[in-house]
Amino acid sequence: MVSIDLLLNAVVAGILIGGFYAAVSLGISVVFGLLDIANIAHPLFVITGSYFTFYLNSNFGLDPILVGLILMPLFFVIGNIVYQSYYHFFEKQGAEPLRGLVFFFGVLFLIEVSIIITFGVDYQLVEAAYLGESLNLGIVNVSYRLFIPFLVGVLLTTGLHFFFAKTFYGRAIMGVSQDSLALSLMGADPVRIKSVAFGIGIATASMAGALLVMILPIEPALGREYIGRVFAVAVLGGLGSVKGALFAAIILGIAESLTATYFGAAWSSGVSFGFLLLVLAVRPAGLFGR
Amino acid sequence: MLLFLGAFLITQNFHNQYYYLAAFTVLQYIILSQGWNILGGYTGYVNFGTGAFFGVGAYTSAMIVKTFKIGKSAPFLELPILFIAGGLVAALLGLGLGYLTMRIKGIYFSISTLALAFVTVTIILNIDALGGATGLYIIRPRKIPFFTNYMEFLFLVMVALSIFAVAFARYIENSWIGRGLSAVRDDEDAAECTGVPVLKLKVFATMASSTLMGVAGAAYPYFVTFLEPISTVSLDVGVNSLAMPLIGGTSTWAGPLVGAVLLGIIQQIALVTLSPEYSLLVIGILLVSFVILAPEGIVGLFRKFRASLKK
Repeated sequence: MVSIDLLLNAVVAGILIGGFYAAVSLGISVVFGLLDIANIAHPLFVITGSYFTFYLNSNFGLDPILVGLILMPLFFVIGNIVYQSYYHFFEKQGAEPLRGLVFFFGVLFLIEVSIIITFGVDYQLVEAAYLGESLNLGIVNVSYRLFIPFLVGVLLTTGLHFFFAKTFYGRAIMGVSQDSLALSLMGADPVRIKSVAFGIGIATASMAGALLVMILPIEPALGREYIGRVFAVAVLGGLGSVKGALFAAIILGIAESLTATYFGAAWSSGVSFGFLLLVLAVRPAGLFGR
Repeated sequence: MLLFLGAFLITQNFHNQYYYLAAFTVLQYIILSQGWNILGGYTGYVNFGTGAFFGVGAYTSAMIVKTFKIGKSAPFLELPILFIAGGLVAALLGLGLGYLTMRIKGIYFSISTLALAFVTVTIILNIDALGGATGLYIIRPRKIPFFTNYMEFLFLVMVALSIFAVAFARYIENSWIGRGLSAVRDDEDAAECTGVPVLKLKVFATMASSTLMGVAGAAYPYFVTFLEPISTVSLDVGVNSLAMPLIGGTSTWAGPLVGAVLLGIIQQIALVTLSPEYSLLVIGILLVSFVILAPEGIVGLFRKFRASLKK
């Protein structure tokens, strides 16, 4: 007999985690989905955000969400620089995209090793007064540790969705992803627009990193697990669709949470990769694909 | 042949164990990077999941050692059996991946190989018969006839396997298969239209590549004597066996060989003098700089250098 309590709690936890996964995957949806750059190192940018948050929180007592916000401009600039060098070394020369992928694979290891050398391999966690508490709604228990990241993740996703749909720059980015030649004929500079988009993608990583370290203790190799999640979400959601990414993230969150509840937590980290394999083999265009 | 005889003489006269351990790792990476290059270099399908094939080979071999105990009755027959079994199981996994390559190309293929490695880790972690997260102990035979130490015998076998791997890669490269594979790499549709059996070639390349990886994995349990999924089916194995051919040069069999020997030795030095993190750091820096500055690898640089001398 399946207990309703257990099922309901697992589903709610999955939805909450899903909101957070959306925040982690946004960068990939933008960078991979719209710019066609497979930034496989994205999860490591998220982990970098987590470590910055941990450092500022444990040394100066700053609120994790605040740190995530403060760091966004810095990450935006980093993203800009990364794109400029990527453009300079690969796109401008018409190099095959696989070389770019290998480049980011190398970057992934460089960031991971740098974190290990700076912070060591111990688990780290942040402190904030509200994180320990939880909201009791009848049979469902909602802990703030999950609820706040969910909320911020959904806000971030919605914000980005409206940015792409309504603002001038957002539309320019959508335009560059469809036809960058046409855009340059209309007098816009595709490289500048793309570097803004890449910057935005990396900027979401700082917030996602802050959320990550609120939810669970972090260690440098954790980023590897998230490669599967972010690509599963981005591909399942339909590349470039921010709205689709949110739905896909929640589906993945629920699937992982149910797996953890009924088969044990050891299986759940493989779920995202299995999901990814399945989606790629069966429907590469994703649920909301064009 | 001469190389093999030389290696045999070394095992008979030279007994410093550390060098055998270090050499084993370098030889293992020669096999892995030749394997990687058949699919990654010749065919243009970048595989991040070498660890999966390596790990499947290693676990197959470990299970055979544990259940059948061939080593006692037929010490010289055991390793070949392990290699065949490890290679076969990895080839089966490669067949599965080969079918995946029918639908998925380029970046998506690479990401699915990554996924394959993680799914493999999760499965091994959750099967108790395979040791799960605790791992497996494999007892290396202490003695074997004609050799003072089993490690020396293992080293000699690895030398033979590496020579085979290089010869195999060289054969593929120079035969019609290699030309077909590079046609697939340059333009799959055009190759299909001109009558190249693209599908067969791709499946062949994935299977050949994964067999070599599985064979390299099959030797691993006796080397480490303790098998554990997270470090065996690791992304580190993946990045190494991809970085070595890329740094050496992917267009020819000499590239992976040069890359594996050079990087293998640098890594061993970094491992002894610094720490495992730094040996990965070295690989990362070299990989990124070669991808940016010299995509043709060391072999490419060497060719350019020779061409400039002729002028």
